[in-house]
Amino acid sequence: MTVPMLEAHAVSVAYGKVEAVRGVSLSVAPGRLVTVLGANGAGKTTLLNALMGVLPAKGTLRFEGRDLTRLPVEARVALGLSLIPERRELFSTMTVEDNLKLGAFRFRTTGGGGDLGEIYRLFPRLAERRRQQAGTLSGGERQMLAMARALMGRPRLLMLDEPSLGLAPLIVAEVMRTVARLRDEGVAILLVEQNARAALRIADHGYVLDGGRVVLEGDSRTLQADARVAETYLGSLGAETPDRAAATG
Amino acid sequence: MDATILLLLLQDGVVNGAIYALIALSLVLVFTVTRVILIPQGEFVAYGALTLASLEAGTLPGTVPLLLGLGGLAFLADCAEGRHTLDGRGLLRLALRDLALPALVAAAAWILAPTKPGLAVEILLTLAIVTPMGGFLHAVAFRPLAHASVLVLLIASVGVHLALTGLGLVFFGAEGSRTPPLSEASFPAGPLLVSGQSLWMIGLTLAIIVALWLFFSRTLLGKALIATAVNRLGARLMGIAPSLAGRLSFSVAAFIGALSGVLIAPLTTVYYDTGFLIGLKGFVAAIIGGLASYPAAAAAAILVGIIESVASFEASAFKEVIVFMAIIPVLLWRSLRSAPVEDEE
Repeated sequence: MTVPMLEAHAVSVAYGKVEAVRGVSLSVAPGRLVTVLGANGAGKTTLLNALMGVLPAKGTLRFEGRDLTRLPVEARVALGLSLIPERRELFSTMTVEDNLKLGAFRFRTTGGGGDLGEIYRLFPRLAERRRQQAGTLSGGERQMLAMARALMGRPRLLMLDEPSLGLAPLIVAEVMRTVARLRDEGVAILLVEQNARAALRIADHGYVLDGGRVVLEGDSRTLQADARVAETYLGSLGAETPDRAAATG
Repeated sequence: MDATILLLLLQDGVVNGAIYALIALSLVLVFTVTRVILIPQGEFVAYGALTLASLEAGTLPGTVPLLLGLGGLAFLADCAEGRHTLDGRGLLRLALRDLALPALVAAAAWILAPTKPGLAVEILLTLAIVTPMGGFLHAVAFRPLAHASVLVLLIASVGVHLALTGLGLVFFGAEGSRTPPLSEASFPAGPLLVSGQSLWMIGLTLAIIVALWLFFSRTLLGKALIATAVNRLGARLMGIAPSLAGRLSFSVAAFIGALSGVLIAPLTTVYYDTGFLIGLKGFVAAIIGGLASYPAAAAAAILVGIIESVASFEASAFKEVIVFMAIIPVLLWRSLRSAPVEDEE
């Protein structure tokens, strides 16, 4: 394995006295697509928020050799980390185009952010709706906008929190295709998913989280073949459950 | 009351309302971006008026040492805030912004003040002295509380207001000041005599509104402020630091406050504590706009100005009472109409 781009060692996050993530270590190599699987409440979202600096965490975090531990969210964005959160966190009263322009905010003085034309070619639906308020978009369009907005910031490592959440199967497939294509273009990706089947299909490597700990780790083919994964995550739980948004949000 | 008097009162109300509109707009801006109800906005107004008055008199304004002091405090606060990320270049940038810039403004004031360089230069100097204070105050008093509740921020805001009023007394003394009007001209319009001063006030207010609109709709920095107001976490994930947005909105508020001070200084005698009442009237307008809508706040400010001028004619002893009572039906209507607003986060 090459030198990791993101390296987390013994990361723990606690809400008060409850530890939601306990001593998780993981790494993402450049240009690889790594997925974190797990049931509802396994600590996946908490882990991503800790990696991004949204939540304070214990343990060590390195990105391209740089210690992230004390850096605030904005400084991590400046290094090329990007998180598409589960709730998308769009600027709902602003137009689609303004959302996209703000995605390139970190390049405002230097130039070099994403190209709007290129983004619109990648997401033609957004081009049609560029003057519409982001809050008026459908669920699938909102996810597309969240991804497009993140891409405008030319991330080096893109973290996605349940991009398939609440989307129709056809759109889930489209989202996964987009994620795979980004990886092929050289963006390292950390994908958190409850939809294990869809995630393992495109991932290179995977971790399985349970009760805040990594219980299983391996390349995606091994995981797909693993009996425990098949039983726990590729069965009925691989499908959508409607109450998840409320429970994890 | 006949038609002529009513017209006069309306004219008076619109001119005063223009100032309240400027204040209401800055209150809305600061609140939506930082959740701070900026009570000290009135102090920026008073500082602007008093600074211009001392420059008019050819003396060094008391706000100059205050600016230097606040800059020094802000430098310490910035260093503490950035202690984990600061490198040599960052430190230099902070020193330029917090120490060198105020020093430069102070030097300019020190050299220019005795020469009485004329109203235009004095106004620019006034704006240059007061505007940076907004950002400095944010860094010193509000950024460390960025995660606090609206109530805690309000209490801090009251504290800053009291401190700035006291400092105003120390640096400017208890006497009031008044400056000559921006324009001595006047134009007959039907039964009214429209003064050049009131045209300046309305014109500059409109200019500021247009400038704000352009800033928010055309510049990425302006959009970043709106984005922070709409979705703080979303903005942070785009690399828009809340401290940057906060500092910027406080600076805009201080600029608008100082300009309002420059505009009212010829109309009324301004004392170190005059700003509070002016700020409160702007606050009434901002509340009518729900602390969220710029157009509603500006329109409400004109209304507040008109209520005030009519009240001062009809029942001058109750002028302030009537203005502030106007807020009660609005609050009632708002609370009946909308679900209770939860404290954010």
